[in-house]
Amino acid sequence: MANAEIDPMMPRPWVVRRISKETPDTFTLALEPSDGGPSGRGGFQPGQFSMLWVFGVGELPISISGDPAEEGSLTYTVRSVGPATQALVSHGAGQSVGVRGPFGTGWPVAGAEGKDVVVVAGGIGLAPLRPVIYHVLRHRDRFGRLVILYGARSPRDMIYRKELAAWARHKDTQVLSTVDYGGVAWRGRVGVVTSLFKYLRLQPARTTAMLCGPEIMMRLVARELAARGLAAGDVYLSMERNMKCAVGSCGHCQWGPHFICKDGPVFSYAHIAAMLDRYEL
Amino acid sequence: MAERLQARLAPEEIDKLIRGLARRGYQVLGPTVRDGAIVYDEVAGAQDLPRGWTDEQEAGRYRLKPGTDGALFGCSVGPESWKKYLHPAQVKLFEADRQDGLFRILGGPAPPARPYAFLGVRACELAAIAVQDRVLLQDKYRDPVYGSRRDPAFLVAVQCTQAAATCFCASMGTGPQVRGAADLTLTEIVNAEGHWFLAEADGDRGQEVLAELDRRPATDEELRLARTAVESAAAQQVRRMDTAGIRDLLYQNFEHPRWDEVAARCLTCANCTMVCPTCFCTTVEDDSGVTGDRAERWRRWDSCFTMAFSYIHGGSVRTSSKARYRQWLTHKLASWIDQFGSSGCVGCGRCIAWCPAGIDLTEEVHAIRGAVNHGNTDA
Ligand SMILES: Cc1cc2nc3c(=O)[nH]c(=O)nc-3n(C[C@H](O)[C@H](O)[C@H](O)COP(=O)(O)OP(=O)(O)OC[C@H]3O[C@@H](n4cnc5c(N)ncnc54)[C@H](O)[C@@H]3O)c2cc1C
Ligand code: SF4
Ligand code: SF4
Repeated sequence: MANAEIDPMMPRPWVVRRISKETPDTFTLALEPSDGGPSGRGGFQPGQFSMLWVFGVGELPISISGDPAEEGSLTYTVRSVGPATQALVSHGAGQSVGVRGPFGTGWPVAGAEGKDVVVVAGGIGLAPLRPVIYHVLRHRDRFGRLVILYGARSPRDMIYRKELAAWARHKDTQVLSTVDYGGVAWRGRVGVVTSLFKYLRLQPARTTAMLCGPEIMMRLVARELAARGLAAGDVYLSMERNMKCAVGSCGHCQWGPHFICKDGPVFSYAHIAAMLDRYEL
Repeated sequence: MAERLQARLAPEEIDKLIRGLARRGYQVLGPTVRDGAIVYDEVAGAQDLPRGWTDEQEAGRYRLKPGTDGALFGCSVGPESWKKYLHPAQVKLFEADRQDGLFRILGGPAPPARPYAFLGVRACELAAIAVQDRVLLQDKYRDPVYGSRRDPAFLVAVQCTQAAATCFCASMGTGPQVRGAADLTLTEIVNAEGHWFLAEADGDRGQEVLAELDRRPATDEELRLARTAVESAAAQQVRRMDTAGIRDLLYQNFEHPRWDEVAARCLTCANCTMVCPTCFCTTVEDDSGVTGDRAERWRRWDSCFTMAFSYIHGGSVRTSSKARYRQWLTHKLASWIDQFGSSGCVGCGRCIAWCPAGIDLTEEVHAIRGAVNHGNTDA
């Protein structure tokens, strides 16, 4: 056994404490360390992800969606889209999930201090941004305005609906959401997330923007922000690629010169703007 | 470090060298002939080496043929590389069992029972091992599977005195002279005067092993003979890679008609990545028992030529063979430099010989360069 050195591919068992339904296909799992197990405290930076191993099924990169100030617990929000995520959200309280990590770069929360923070999320993309929102609200005086723009396919696909409403009640916090298809009962906005920009008073020189969602959405939002005067260096995106190891050795998440698992997933738009336009890179 | 030892050995000493390494507890691995190709396997003595064989290689072609000189190391590299031992094609990462929804990890990957001694590591292969060392041991994380095999390994290098038509190590700066750190470096000379080896050792480990063999100090003339023999292997090389500005060349030619042209020939069979001594990509798979209370996780070689490699929910990122060939070549020759500070290609030529379509990366780079540097059409 290679026990003399730390094996970065070895998961540690954590236990599901609570699992709650966000939407028909999306669940939030709160994990806690196994009894006496060497699980660690679970510290992370907003934007980092873990590799979650489902016994006998497979392992997936999943962003940490909980509060970074909360120790001894790790929270994930998972959308069931295939066999592994389906198995993951089928866990019950008291069952174990393998955890490796945290991995990757985080959102520039320290760099954003003193500035307005604009969070733009699409669908499940709000999950990796929720730790930023928690952090800003916890340290409200260190940041300027907090603006959350959220787009989902339909009202029933919106995650964290209650929290979105609660966040909107904080001072200097604006929450705008929109859906692609509203349905008859929907009284909110309909349209793509970029359509929300017309409601914004951006102060481009003192704003940091953080984006997560489908690549096409991030590309459009980043362009829109640039058109509204934000410097590329003040816009950050979280990228997704296939990942098998998260430690830069399986090769899968390569994107040009980058390994998204270790050089990302959060990148400055200034570094990747040209790459975003390269189809099949 | 001790002063370099340079000794002349009779060919019979190679057998003693193998046995001496085995006595020290190493599993001695070297070139053997199997199914018409050179494969690396355990060697018990010199009788297991491909004595008297040589090879003929071309784009899409490889065959062994009888040589004329009875050399032990007359063949250049075959389809396998040492990565089959250091970075195995499949390895069990761990096993776990589960009861009442809770699982336990039972054990991690086992290191080999005996440390490896590699006999006949060519200069390009030594360079390839250094490249994989950088990727798997010297990056942000250390791969314990590779480390447990690599750290104790004893390397006996052999300098080439003949090059295959597919070799281009001279232009990559990786050979045929051994530049990397081997424990022992051999040069095999067969000439009118006879058959003998020059053995060189810098470090203690190699010198101790060398001390057990019958030897005498090499003369200046013998050192000169060995040097010229290796130089002639460089001079024989018909292929070369022009590496000047290659990183920017490939980055700037992300769109280039040559990618479509090569994609029409590439079968996306992944052979090139399997034979390449530096390609390191892997996937991980779960094997679960029928009862569902036991699971194993296996790491296996993977290839950027497969469709599944870049799959994310909704579809693969690189669906076209054009994108996949481009990814492979651009990674090898350009992004590798950004990632790990060197080229990912050591010029061994395996991907050229073992490509069923005979695709030759030196030609592909030349074609892309040709269209950029107008008028520069020389090879
Ligand atoms: C950094 C990062 C953070 C992520 N964060 C979240 C999150 O917070 N919540 C969430 O719901 N999803 C997240 N994802 C996406 C999630 O990992 C995929 O949806 C999931 O892997 C799909 O697996 P599947 O088997 O359920 O689905 P399918 O799409 O049917 O996949 C089938 C198989 O393809 C492979 N596969 C598909 N996508 C990936 C991938 N990205 N990496 C490796 N293998 C893959 C797996 O082998 C999988 O079993 C994240 C992805 C990345 C890269
Ligand atoms: S790319 Fe081809 S020539 Fe270069 S090291 Fe790999 S197999 Fe050898
Ligand atoms: S370049 Fe040749 S060896 Fe490589 S995938 Fe294409 S056909 Fe196969």
